[in-house]
This record gives sequence, structure tokens and C-alpha cells, in this order.
Amino acid sequence: MIESHLSLLLVVMPLLAAPVVAILPAGRGPWLVTLVISWLCLALAGWQLWMVVNTGTISYALGGWEPPWGIEYRIDALNAFVALIVAAIAAISLPYALHSVEREIPAQRVPLFYSAFLLCLLGLLGIVQTGDVFNLFVFLEISSLSSYALISMGRERRALTAAFQYLIMGTIGATFLLIGIGLIYAETGTLNMLDLNARLPAVLEHRTVHTAFAFIVVGVALKLALFPLHLWLPNAYTYAPTVVSLFLAATATKVAVYVMVRMVYTVFSNSFSQATPLDEVFLLLGMAGVLVASFYAIYQQDAKRLLAYSSVGQIAYMALGIGFGSALGLTATLVHLFNHALMKGALFMAVGAMIYRVGSSRVNDLQGLGRQMPWTFTAFFIAGLSLIGLPGTAGFISKWYLVLAAIEQQAWIFAIVILAGSLLAVVYMWKLVEILFFKGPDEHRQDVKEAPLALLAPTWVLALANLYFGFDTRLTVDMAQTAVQMLGTTGR
Amino acid sequence: MTSETLLLLAMAVPFAGAVGIGLTGRWPNVREGVTLVSAGVVMIMVFALFGRFQDGERFAVTLMEPLPGLPILFEIEALGMLFALVAGILWLVTSLYAIGYMRGHHEQHQTRFYVMFAVSIGSTLAIAFAGNLFTLFLGYEILTVSTYPLVAHAGTAEARRGARTYLGILLGTSIGFQLLAILITYALSGTLDFRDGGILAGQVDPLWAGLLYALYVFGIGKAALMPFHRWLPAAMVAPTPVSALLHAVAVVKAGVFTVLKVTIYVFGADFLKDTGVTDWLVWFAGGTILLASLIAMTKDNLKARLAYSTVSQLSYIILGAMLLNPAGLTGSALHIVMHAFAKITLFFGAGAILVAAHKTKVSELNGLGRAMPITFATFMIASLSIIGLPPLGGAWSKWFLAMGTVDAGRWALLGILMLSSLLNIAYLLPVPVRAFFGKAENDAAYTRVREAPASCLVAMIVTALACVILFFYPEPFYQLATSAAGAQ
Repeated sequence: MIESHLSLLLVVMPLLAAPVVAILPAGRGPWLVTLVISWLCLALAGWQLWMVVNTGTISYALGGWEPPWGIEYRIDALNAFVALIVAAIAAISLPYALHSVEREIPAQRVPLFYSAFLLCLLGLLGIVQTGDVFNLFVFLEISSLSSYALISMGRERRALTAAFQYLIMGTIGATFLLIGIGLIYAETGTLNMLDLNARLPAVLEHRTVHTAFAFIVVGVALKLALFPLHLWLPNAYTYAPTVVSLFLAATATKVAVYVMVRMVYTVFSNSFSQATPLDEVFLLLGMAGVLVASFYAIYQQDAKRLLAYSSVGQIAYMALGIGFGSALGLTATLVHLFNHALMKGALFMAVGAMIYRVGSSRVNDLQGLGRQMPWTFTAFFIAGLSLIGLPGTAGFISKWYLVLAAIEQQAWIFAIVILAGSLLAVVYMWKLVEILFFKGPDEHRQDVKEAPLALLAPTWVLALANLYFGFDTRLTVDMAQTAVQMLGTTGR
Repeated sequence: MTSETLLLLAMAVPFAGAVGIGLTGRWPNVREGVTLVSAGVVMIMVFALFGRFQDGERFAVTLMEPLPGLPILFEIEALGMLFALVAGILWLVTSLYAIGYMRGHHEQHQTRFYVMFAVSIGSTLAIAFAGNLFTLFLGYEILTVSTYPLVAHAGTAEARRGARTYLGILLGTSIGFQLLAILITYALSGTLDFRDGGILAGQVDPLWAGLLYALYVFGIGKAALMPFHRWLPAAMVAPTPVSALLHAVAVVKAGVFTVLKVTIYVFGADFLKDTGVTDWLVWFAGGTILLASLIAMTKDNLKARLAYSTVSQLSYIILGAMLLNPAGLTGSALHIVMHAFAKITLFFGAGAILVAAHKTKVSELNGLGRAMPITFATFMIASLSIIGLPPLGGAWSKWFLAMGTVDAGRWALLGILMLSSLLNIAYLLPVPVRAFFGKAENDAAYTRVREAPASCLVAMIVTALACVILFFYPEPFYQLATSAAGAQ
């Protein structure tokens, strides 16, 4: 029974739990329910991936309405892979959330927080699961609206302006996406992705379709914070509660990258996008993003903001991978999707532990914390090495494929830019490492204690995952390659 | 024990030792005991591996395969065996020295120091036994990162600045150039295995191959070829045992070792000859030899002088590799050994002077020889070995390097080698000469200065004796060197 409704359950469970959590009394109840739900989601996502690998693509007709008339959930290697990332990060964030949220959010708002968190999780999972473009838009709005609410719950009042800024930008993005979807619906009369894929080639010459494509790409680029449409991101990540920063950094932009890949390769097709200047745009913006955002990161005085800029840079790597327009490049993007979730998750968690103990995320307040909180910041250090892309870490695998993709096309300048981005990452990570480990602690902070186990354990799970996936790439690379192969065939 | 297990264990012991050191940090004597036991075990294991290697056993272990076609592979091969022997022997000696030095100098954070030291040695052994370029690069970068805390050890503004230069240049060259070169190699040949005769021959136009080789040579920043040598003097802010073992032996030798490996097993000497790249690249090595020697003469700080001397000596090895003939390659491989034993003795001496007399400048050493005769005697012996005079080990490597230039008909390079020997005399010998024959300022006799702690003295005597013994019995290393040189 469960097996046949697996794909829907992944979305429905958090949906049903969200209102329940909202009306629970303040205390640890909301957290516990959310924790159970997110772990169930992880189990289901893992199961789903296992089924996709073993039995092939799952097609689930919502409410028994046959596609293309009804909404179809169509799960292939790509969805299942991204769904697993989202569910896994949610499941790891929640044990961490307990103390962090208690510290950062007023008690009476905690049930609402977890309710919004569940809605956000539901939205993200829904985007990934659905095979219907309008349904995708609906889920995108659910996840966006809930994340505006989540961000606005930050400690400082500036969180409100950050959320508002994101709201405006996000709404513009969503509107663009909706316009694009409306246009292709007008052209083809269908909303099902596979159906669109079959019907669009007949009308590819139409200017309407080209316009739709442009609207969709720009709309999604706003959501994935592609440079220079990233302006909402640094503020949002800086002022949001830590759990939200880490959850969004590790999942929301990744899901947007997924949407981009899905739109370009499944709904339209590789051959269509090759006929547009999409690749060049991605390459150019990706290159600029890697350099400019990484450069900005160096000068940030707040650790969370530094990581936010670093995220913009890392997303630009994914854009580069798409821009190469090759199987190798797309593999690199998908592998980095996974690996970046691991590293950014761990980094934000460590900074969250710092906020928990010191009450600040300013770079100057990191002084000597490496010695006072050795476990937290050793994990931070490992994730930092992964971000730089040193061999033996997950980050190296991503960089390896990205540069190989660049070399394959003789795009030397991009190979150099990717490696230069790594070096900029060395600069901004080492700025922190030096302050953490080789400066004495501040006079007022002689007695800072190590973070509690509930914060440390999830941080270390992610840090060790960074090492593990640097050596065992069966899950990441193999899944990415399967997904790329699949995209290549439906794209033709 | 099977040879494969032995090979893996030899690399695992330093890492296990690091964990042990970290856990026993609260009890300094136990902690130092763990260091010494790990170092001793590693030495015995390396000897055992060498014994099996000599019996003709050849073995390789694949640990795992992170990327398809790119396994983490370890194997025993002549050049790697030679490097592993040097690192294995000298770790024990240096540990002995370090215990005396760190306690005598009342250093802070000693646990971190010994942990990172053990990790560095572990990754050095991984480099030595690496069976492909991917594995080697993995060890290379772990070595870079694990030596950073040792350089920044003091935590002062100066130490942080030095460490920043250190890390910046080493990571900059390795990620910016070396990784790029590795990726290009992989894209061209589809493999990164070390093979006799190289993997690139026939895959790429000789002209481009030449540029790729240049990318490697400059990308291997640890080889300190000018203009990417600045990290080595900057690393001298580290405690002396670090400068002695890591920045005179393990790290820098890992650099030149990588150059040799790339030259012999990735490009292959014959293919490199076709490219003609070494004809001009060799002048960078020659220039580094002379320039670094000249700079060394201007340095009054003893460790800085030794650091530039190391830069210069490393380029001997690069020069030998680029001659692409058996004599040159033999000389290069031998110089890894000979320079290691001599230079570590010199650094031990510099550290002993610092601990016992608190002097860091050459100009302050006048008359100190009578108070510290053993220190300066060993310093003298090691200096002569660096210069290349018999009856000291350094004579052999210089001999073969010179032979190599003659065989290649590169008389100018021979001239550089000879001139450099003279420069060596000019910047090294003043140290012991001042100490023994110079007069202290105001005729003050150093009555209160004693020799460094006993464990330091033992270490210095051992390595100085080794310099002498290596002249009379260079066989084991000589055989390894010739077999590596003949492999192409």
C-alpha cells in the first residue's frame, strides 16, 4: 500500500503535519512531531531512490486521473536524487534545531516556526516530485511564502527587511515563471512535463515559445540566486535564524537548480536550448559569479554573510556546469548540488553553534574560539577544506568533474576561473581559520564552553559526510550520471 | 604479515600515533612515549619493506576507488622506497631531538605540535608509496594542510604572516597549476598511473607536452623552484624540529620527489627529450641554484640562510632530473638522501644554538664553539657534506650530478654546479669557523652556556655520523637510485 503511494506520501505527510504542529502548545511537542515527520520523509525518500534505481521510473497519477489530464508525479533518477538531498538535510537539521531554535526564537512562536518549516519542506519536496509545471509553480510558492515567514523570525529586526527584500525578488521570479508557464500552456494546451516535451518540438519556431523560455529561465534564475540576481540572498541568509539559513542554503537553491535543469532539459530540450544563447549566458554569469561573489566573501565581517556570498559563488559553479551543455558538465552540476549541501550545511551549523555560545556571528568574535570549541570548529575546518575542494573531500569530486568538463571543451579560461575560485575560497576560509585557531580568546570570553552534543552531532555527521563522499562516490557520481543519461534521452 | 598489509600499516601507524598523541596530551611523558614508539615502529616497518623489496618482491594495494579509473593505489617502487627510508629513519631521530628542543624552549601547544607532526609524516609516506598521480596529489595536499599549524605554531603576528605566505604559495601553485596539469593529463591519456616510459607519449603534441611539463614543475611548489620559493624562508618561523624534518626533508623532498616521479613515470625521459622543454626549463633550476646561494650569503639569520641553501640544493635535484640521463637521475635521487641527512644536521645545530645560547644570527656566534663543541663539530661535518667534499655522503650525489651534465654535454650547467659549491663554502663554513676561531665581543667567554639537551646532541651526532657512513656505504641508496634512474 505504502509502496504504491510512496511518492505522494512524501508530500502529504508534512502537509498534514503542518497545521497540527501550528496548534500544538509551545514546548518541545512541535519539534518532536517535525522531527518524526522529517525522518519519515528521509526514509521514504531513500526508499523511493532505491525503487527508482531497481525498478525504473515511477509514475503516480494523482487522484487516479490519468496523465496528461491529471497531475502526474513522475520520479526518475534526478528527482529521487534531489528529493533525497532535501529530505536528508531536513532530517539532519532537526536534531540541531531543538537548542538552536530555543535560543533564537521566542517560545510562543516556536510552534509557528516548525509549522512554517514543515510547509517549506513540503514545498521543496513537492517541486521535486511533481511532473506538472503548474503544480511545480504552486509548490514553489508554498516553499517561498513559508521561507519568507521563516526568515522574518530572525533575531534582529533587520530580518524583517531581509524577508521583505526576498519577498519582492521571489515574487518577481515566481511571476516570471508563471508567465512563462502560461505562454507554453497557450501554445500546447498541456502542463504535463513529458507531454510538453512531446508537443513543444512542433512549435519550437514560434516566438511565443522563445519568450516563454526566457521568462522561465530568468524567473528560476532569480530563485536560484544566479549572479547578478542574487541580491536577496546575503541578507536573507545572514538575518534568518540559523536553522533556516542552513536549511535554505543546503536545499532551496539546490531545488531551484533542479527546476532549471528540469525545465531546460525535460520540458524544452537540449537541442532547443543549444539554439538559444542560454549556454553563453550561463557561462558568462557563472564565471562572473564565481569570481565576484567569492571576492565579496573575503571582505565580509559577519561569518554568516561570508558563507552566504560563498553560496552565491558555489551556485555559479553549478551554472557553469549547466552552461557547458555537456554530459560531463551536467554531471558536475548534479554532484556539486549534493556536495555543496553537505559542506554549507556543516559550515552554517558550526556558525550556529557559535551564535548559541557567544551570541554573535561576527568574524572578530571568532577569536580563539577554535581552542575553546575545538570539536565545533574542527568540523567547520573539515567542511571548509571541502568548500575549497582539497582532495579527499567531497568538494574535490565536484571540482574534478567541473574542470574536466571545461577541459573537454578546451574552455581553458573557465578551467582557470574554477580553480581561481578555489583559491579565493582558500583566502576567505583561511581568514577564519587564522582567527579561530591562532589568535588568543577575547578578554571577555575566557570561559566559552564547547557546544552541546545536540548541536555537535549533526555538524559532525555532515562534516564526516564531506570526507566520506570524497572517497566513495557511488551514490553521488553514479546517480548523477544515471540522471544525466536519462535527461539526454528524453531531451532528444 | 603479508607485504600488502605491511605497506598499509607503515602509513597507518603515524596516523594512529597522531590519535594516540592527541588522547594522551595530558601526560607529556606518555605522549612523547607514543611519538617515539610510533616513529620506531614506522622505521622498523620501512626497513622490513625495504628487505622485501630487495628480495625482489613487488606489490601494490588498492585501498578504494573514489573515481572510476582513479583508485587510491599504493605500490613499492625504487624511488619511493628511497624516499620512505629517508623519512622513516629521520622521523625517529627528529622526534628524539624535538622532545629535547620543545621542552628546552618551553614551547606552547606541544600536543598539537606532535599530532600534526605525525600526520605530516604519515602523508609523506603516502606520497612515497603513491602508485598513481591522484594518490600522490592526495598526500601532497594533506601534507600542505597538516604542516600549516606547525608553521603558525607560535601564533604571533609574524608566525601568522609567515604561515599565510606558506599556505598561499603552496595551495596557490598546487591548485592553480598542478591540479590543472593533472586534469589535463587525465583528459589526454585517460589515466594517471605511473608507468615506465610515461603515459603521455603519443597522446599529445610535443610542444604542448612541454608546456604541460612546465605547468607541473612550477605547480609543484614544494620543490621551491624560483619564483615560487618564497614559502620556504617564510616557513622558518616554525619551531626548529619542523624546519629540520619538514622543511629540509619531508615537505621539500616531497616536492622534488613529485618532480622526479612526473618526469620519469608520467612523461618518460625519452618523450621529454623530444619536447625539448627541459633545454630552457633547466635554466630556471640553474638560476635558482646560483641566486638562492647568493641570497643565502646575505642572510645573517642562521635559519634563513639555511632555508635559502635548501632552495638552492633542491634545484640541484630538479636540474639532475631535467638532464634526462641515467647519471643525472641517479644523482638527483641520491641527492634526496644526502642532502636530507646533511641539512637536518645543520638545522639541528641551529636549533641547539637557539636553545642553549639563545642566538639566531651568524654574526653573534663568535667564540661560541668552545662552549658547544659537539654542536659546531657536527655542523662542520654537515656543511662539508653539503659542499660535496669527500669523505662525506654529499660527494656522491654531486659526483653523479656533475657526470650527468658531462654526459649531456651541458658544460655551462657543470660550471653552475662547481660555482655553487664555492658559494656553499662561502655561506656555510663561516658558521663553524666563527664559532671556533672567532673572538666573542668584549672577549666575553661563554662560561654559562652549555651544550643543548642530551637528546638533541644524540640526534645531531647520529645524523652527522650518517653523513660519514653514507660516503663509505652508499650501496642501499645507490642501488635504489640507479634502479629508479634506469627504470625509464
